[in-house]
Amino acid sequence: MDNNVIIDLRNISVKFGEEQVLRNINLYIRDKEFVTLLGPSGCGKTTTLRVIAGFLEPDEGDVVFDGKRVNGVPPHKRPVNTIFQRYALFPHLNVYENVAFGLRLRKLPESHIKAKTAEMLELVNLKGFNRRNVASLSGGQQQRVAIARALAVEPRVLLLDEPLGALDLKLRKDMQVELKSMQQRLGITFIYVTHDQEEALSMSDTIVVMDEGEIQQIGTPQGIYNEPKNAFVADFIGESNILDGTMRRDLFVDFSGKRFKCLDKGFEKNEPVDVVVRPEDVDVVAAGEGMLRGTVTSVTFKGVHYEIIVDIKGFKWMIQSTENQNVGDEIGLDIEPDAIHIMKKSVYSGRFGDYSSFSEEFDELSDPEEEEDI
Amino acid sequence: MKKRSALAHKMAVSPYMLWSALFIVAPMFFVVYYSFTSADGGFTLGNMTQLGKYTDTFLRSIWFGFLATFLCLLIAYPLAYAIAKSSANVQRTMVALVMLPMWMNFLIRTYSWMTILQNTGVINNILDALGFGRVKMLNTPGAVILGMVYNFLPFMILPLYSVLAKLDPSVVEAAQDLGGNSLTVLSKVILPLSMPGIASGLTMVFVPSVSTFYISQKLGGGSFDLIGDVIERQFQQSYNYNLGAAISLVLMVLILLCMAFLNRFTSGEEEMVV
Repeated sequence: MDNNVIIDLRNISVKFGEEQVLRNINLYIRDKEFVTLLGPSGCGKTTTLRVIAGFLEPDEGDVVFDGKRVNGVPPHKRPVNTIFQRYALFPHLNVYENVAFGLRLRKLPESHIKAKTAEMLELVNLKGFNRRNVASLSGGQQQRVAIARALAVEPRVLLLDEPLGALDLKLRKDMQVELKSMQQRLGITFIYVTHDQEEALSMSDTIVVMDEGEIQQIGTPQGIYNEPKNAFVADFIGESNILDGTMRRDLFVDFSGKRFKCLDKGFEKNEPVDVVVRPEDVDVVAAGEGMLRGTVTSVTFKGVHYEIIVDIKGFKWMIQSTENQNVGDEIGLDIEPDAIHIMKKSVYSGRFGDYSSFSEEFDELSDPEEEEDI
Repeated sequence: MKKRSALAHKMAVSPYMLWSALFIVAPMFFVVYYSFTSADGGFTLGNMTQLGKYTDTFLRSIWFGFLATFLCLLIAYPLAYAIAKSSANVQRTMVALVMLPMWMNFLIRTYSWMTILQNTGVINNILDALGFGRVKMLNTPGAVILGMVYNFLPFMILPLYSVLAKLDPSVVEAAQDLGGNSLTVLSKVILPLSMPGIASGLTMVFVPSVSTFYISQKLGGGSFDLIGDVIERQFQQSYNYNLGAAISLVLMVLILLCMAFLNRFTSGEEEMVV
């Protein structure tokens, strides 16, 4: 293991009563890394963050900070700071006193507090807001105060619990860029919790995909997108067609009744597998020409591309294409070998990746953003 | 449209205005009127100049009131905090238990304390049986203050509980996160944020404590006259409405001054940190 590991979680398990919230989590985080814990509501990502912050003691396992076990060390003695989901600013203090709070507790000289607070407020673009009441600020401004307050005490690690969840889309995008550049400039480790895969892909050095209290995959954004480990990861990160297939031998896979060339090997002969094909990697060709042939069942204009649902032998594929198609038409599909990704079968096989029940509304319903996370 | 809604507003408000005029403003007027008139109705300052002889009683009432209020705060705050931190079911049960004594008549509750505290009461019987001898508890200042604390404690617990239950736990966590130990989190965050509850609790206990009359008669045995007792006697025994009104008026002013002082203290805490 690298010697610049700052936080090491070893075999962490947490139970709330009968409910197993975290199951044997093993994760190490390097110094100055931007790590994102990504997963749906209730996957255990916030719980993991609370274990690191010290608000929650794990039932099993060790939390190691800089080589030292810190189980039982209270939050105020850990060199990590948290940005809370709803900012948690002190309503009885103004902007200046909120930012100065941690510095005052450290009994620093007033001149130092003043200089540091001014520096932090400048960092988050809130110069001149000193005497403002925090309740009078907009959501984005409150978030900036929370960031300034946490960074003022110079933590080694900053924990961010869905910090942009309450902001509107435009502001969220701006803050993503800002947070990322702040992290690089200050050289602080960020551990970022979100359920927004786009946010995770665009900001992180490392993404940890979680579901049902377990880590599903750890990797770079590219690695996770291109080489998802199982059907859950493939479906949660971006759109995916996930089909049942059989690995005939190295570099050859059967699915949809056809044999395809692929780049994967190392599977057993005739091993059943999950096959992932990203919608943007499918080429639309004339009906007779492609390797597959199907009927267009719906077309949605998305701005950059059309989202086309194609029925091939009862399985609904999603295809993204810049060219429009007519519903009811027969079209052909071509798939390059490098567009095919093979995964081992898992508990998630068969649960994701078919677009027959797909609709925008359904997608919204199954993504309970506002729900309180655990 | 606007005119009509203004009219509707006036009509909706008028019963309350009438109520206030009849039952709040008019009685206040009579108190002031009686204070500055003699028995035959002529203007006089005589009632006011007589008040000097009640200085001790005034001071004792205010002192007992302060003590009882302070003790209530001391007992109620940790209790209210514990209730607010417990599960929803426990919260409901505890709040019901806090209010339960208020369903019983105030006089009966005070009378029960007499039988508990008296020389042949439960406590003294136990002490005696254990060989400690009997201790005089009834008819002491302690008994009077105990009566006040017992009777008015719920009025301190409930407002404290309601602000503490609404306290955002993540604000407390943020304070811990920034380096606050339990004591600093309490003094820098929880206490300042519960000031509105403390202020209303202080008012709701102090005002009835200062002006109470029954508790001191029953538990103090008449040897610790409070100003409420004096007022009661003026109206019930001496039929000297003018002097009674004058004492009431001065008491009202004193309570207002005390409340201004307390509020200044509680809101001053907030201003100091803002």
